Amino acid sequence: MAVSLFDVIGPVMVGPSSSHTAGAVRLGNVARRLCYTQPRRVEFYLHGSFARTYQGHGTGKALVGGVLGFSTADERIRDSYEIAAQNGMEFAFFQEDLGDVHPNTVRIVAYLPDGSSCEMVGSSTGGGKILVTRVNGMAVKFTGQYPTLITRHQDRPGILASISGLLAQHSINIAFLEVFRSARGSQASMVMETDQPVSKEIIEKLSNIEGVHEVLLIDCSDI
Amino acid sequence: MYQFHRGQDLLKLCEQHNMSIAEIMLQAEAGELGWEAERVRSHIVASLEVMEESVQKGLNAEIKSVSGLIGGNGYRLYHRLMSGGLCGKTVLRAVSYALAVTEVNAAMGRIVAAPTAGASGVIPGIILAITEEKKTSRQQAVDALLVAGAVGKIIAANATLSGAEGGCQAEVGSASAMGAAAAVHLEGGSPPMVLNAAAMALKGLLGLVCDPVAGLVEVPCSKRNVTGTVNALICAEMSLAGIQSVIPFDEIVDAMFRVGRLMSPDLRETASGGCALTPTAQAITRNILSDI
Repeated sequence: MAVSLFDVIGPVMVGPSSSHTAGAVRLGNVARRLCYTQPRRVEFYLHGSFARTYQGHGTGKALVGGVLGFSTADERIRDSYEIAAQNGMEFAFFQEDLGDVHPNTVRIVAYLPDGSSCEMVGSSTGGGKILVTRVNGMAVKFTGQYPTLITRHQDRPGILASISGLLAQHSINIAFLEVFRSARGSQASMVMETDQPVSKEIIEKLSNIEGVHEVLLIDCSDI
Repeated sequence: MYQFHRGQDLLKLCEQHNMSIAEIMLQAEAGELGWEAERVRSHIVASLEVMEESVQKGLNAEIKSVSGLIGGNGYRLYHRLMSGGLCGKTVLRAVSYALAVTEVNAAMGRIVAAPTAGASGVIPGIILAITEEKKTSRQQAVDALLVAGAVGKIIAANATLSGAEGGCQAEVGSASAMGAAAAVHLEGGSPPMVLNAAAMALKGLLGLVCDPVAGLVEVPCSKRNVTGTVNALICAEMSLAGIQSVIPFDEIVDAMFRVGRLMSPDLRETASGGCALTPTAQAITRNILSDI
């Protein structure tokens, strides 16, 4: 991908580190968008360099700020612990060995007011960029730079055509696509990164396609 | 049609179209993003405003980094400027500003990563100091950022801007090359003079390692921004005086990348070598980590 002027003179961000602060804000935002609402409690399981230096780099504040929906340039990140407390969001940090993953990796578990929970694993890969590798137990791979659709569906012929056809009808272009399945004919999942935003109506239409069990939209392309 | 990958492509485009590096970069960027040139310019103005705010905030004596290791140095140096100083107004102003921005960064304030958060002091230091001392226009400051961006883009495409990959030469070294280029442009130097200054600035910092104490973007990062700023200004002077870099810019960029590859991982942002392994740094590290 070509380097833009605003990658080199930018991003505008809260310091001190693009990988340990800006990337952490983005990871927190992915978790927030995954929940659709403010969780009542969030647990951060920090791996590698994240676990070792999270306080000095403000990584903890950045993760909490991200779950509060702050952008990477939001100066409230410095006070995110207090703001979370004011908003009734509990949080806790733990060290965890997540195995053979990027040194800046975190597993985030969010508990929602309705009793359900969400989970994701993601890494801060440098320069503020991130890679999400697990969502609610599904292996995935996306950067959060584009609106991202994740489907859980029946593994059968034509289902991808129905999904992509519906997106085409709404002039939504798929930039990147990956499909995973556990076994032939059983449950499959798909990750699509799109060039255009995806509305709630489209999500609903996608969920109504026969054989589609679940559709998730994670859009933090504005962060 | 205005796209370029290496410095020599950029100089060819300038000659062909009889345009400055700023103008070529503006067209290249507008083309790449599918934006009108004016929209690109207004985005740059927004970055410039963040740079100005971070300088103002950082000149406040009260500022302290998250770990408490640094803070107030921009303010101290600014007072040397106010009372005369030794190095001349432009240099002292530029380095005070550079320190100020890095301290805001370390205190979790808002900055423009240029090209990275760790090296974010050099470019605002140079551009804002020159525009203030020489009373140049905002338009020219925007052009200077375009020129710095063009140099950064070439380094990113042919080498790296990341300390973890190339050491501090890739961060402060690149910022210094970008800042030298901006300074020459602000002083009315030609496109070859701009890249000549960038070549000398990067060459002077070749081999600089990334060795952050306790892994934090504070020591020696903040003061390395001062090194990068002074180096950039002097390389700009040399280029404007007609002094030639024997090795051209593109070859220095390639050399920087190869040096980065040769560097031990201990010297690439892992806090396992250089300053980070000194007894003082080790004691600081134990203190900071025991707080967690």
